Amino acid sequence: MKIAIASGKGGTGKTLVSTNLYNIITKDYSNCVLLDCDAEEPNDLVFFDTKLQSIKTVNQDVPVIDESKCTYCGKCYDYCNYNAIFILPQSKIIKVIDDLCHSCGACSVACNYNAISQKEVLLGNVNTHIANTGNVIIEGRTKVGVYSPIPIIKSLIKEAEKFDYVILDSPPGTSCPFIQTVTSADFVILVTEPTPFGLSDLKQSIETLDTMNKKCAVIINKADLGDSEIYNYLDSKKIEILMEIPFDREIANYYSKGELFSDYMTEWKEKFLLMFQQIEKKYGNSNN
Amino acid sequence: MEIAIISGKGGTGKSSISAAFATIGEKVVLADCDVDAANLYLIFNPTHDEEQVYIAGYKAYINKDLCIECKICMDYCKFDAISLVENKVEISEVYCDGCKLCSRICPTQAISMTANDKSRMYAGDFRNGKMVYGRLSPGEENSGKLVNIVRDKAKQIAKQNNIDTIIIDGPPGIGCAVISSITGVDSVLIVTEPTISGLHDLVRTIEICSKFQMKTWVLINKYDLNKDMSDEIERYCVESNIKIAGKIKFNSNFVNAMILCKSIIEYMPYSEDSKQIIEIFNLIKNTE
Repeated sequence: MKIAIASGKGGTGKTLVSTNLYNIITKDYSNCVLLDCDAEEPNDLVFFDTKLQSIKTVNQDVPVIDESKCTYCGKCYDYCNYNAIFILPQSKIIKVIDDLCHSCGACSVACNYNAISQKEVLLGNVNTHIANTGNVIIEGRTKVGVYSPIPIIKSLIKEAEKFDYVILDSPPGTSCPFIQTVTSADFVILVTEPTPFGLSDLKQSIETLDTMNKKCAVIINKADLGDSEIYNYLDSKKIEILMEIPFDREIANYYSKGELFSDYMTEWKEKFLLMFQQIEKKYGNSNN
Repeated sequence: MEIAIISGKGGTGKSSISAAFATIGEKVVLADCDVDAANLYLIFNPTHDEEQVYIAGYKAYINKDLCIECKICMDYCKFDAISLVENKVEISEVYCDGCKLCSRICPTQAISMTANDKSRMYAGDFRNGKMVYGRLSPGEENSGKLVNIVRDKAKQIAKQNNIDTIIIDGPPGIGCAVISSITGVDSVLIVTEPTISGLHDLVRTIEICSKFQMKTWVLINKYDLNKDMSDEIERYCVESNIKIAGKIKFNSNFVNAMILCKSIIEYMPYSEDSKQIIEIFNLIKNTE
């Protein structure tokens, strides 16, 4: 079963939920993996004692134009849908803007003069770590300055195929990185907070998941800081609240130090396990 | 002058600080560049004097009546977006990147491109000046381009109305939308929190600011939640030659202000938090 932990708004507690949920289920279930899909700012590893097992580099093919063969006809420029090719035919200037290239290969198809070849550009890594318990955590990590984390997220999700239980810590928002992450999930847990910002972003996440036909439920974090609007909204939408986590300086303190509060506060250990069992019972039969 | 407020990690209080900066006194242009999860309009309820459609990209659609199942498009697609479903060629909306190559090479012209035209840029008045914001429709990429449109509009409005200060509320992460939010601004303020995740994200965010040689400040929000971690962040900043603009205590007043659709300055103008934020704003504005 694959469960994605997501939120529209950043900083609502996605990582807090992902790491603690993963921590608890690995105690009772085997063949689990945690995927840190927030490749721009991955943090899940902070919470575990792990050893790096393997590094896979993720590269992108970017065109290189051989100016001795180029006739400056402009066909590659016309074919590029991302404005990644800059051309001044009269001055015989042609340049590839690597950062804008999506590696679609259209320019190579366009070129009639065999002037375009490819070079590899490093986008980032997919790092596989083994925890001291034997469990596996895999993170995607973009190189700083890389524009899009999508190829890394795709490569990361492929790594999860051999596991029975997959927890995906999603990037924030509802744009492309979020879609790529939740597409592969059987079920989505949305983590939110009861504030106007939290509610506005939650609505957008729920509407997006609706159009994708993804089942979801909600965890309300910092549940006692805020107002009741979010409860009214979830009630009207008939969306289940799986858990409420209050704002608690003890929880905040464990999180700040990179520790898992479910290890120290035993009532939470039970709550996470029970929640997982209920999710599996209700939503977990699609591919097991 | 343009001041960009970013955070790397989500939920550190970036938008609360942006809202405060926008209501200190002097008229400003406020540009909400967190186009994936724009929220400041909830606090400021700006007028919509101007609305502009933003084409975020394209998706390929296949006309199955024209398709002869030659599968050439499948060979050319670099995004694994085209597959056979019950012997019919199908294009996945989620995986299609909009490069248009399939549509160009299809021998029967069965594939057409449709513009994603649901994203918008809005501009109007708010109670302390002018506001510009973008809303990216869910699932879209290319948010950096929409950020550029929002920023260009903000600059144009500032010039027309003789407003000196532009406040940019940036997105989380370090990807293309963040790069677009900070390039060319006069100062970047990174809002962080005293957690190990906060520090990790801060390191990567400072790296991206250094890459673009930005004048960078750090604000440690909720610093009292873990004073040791806050000290560590300060040490890191000193070593990296990054100036600390200030430190703010954890305080539920920020949430209470948001619920009433106010900035902390409007909600509690004489509070210690408000005084501190005004000092930080002046420090950033007056440092050449």
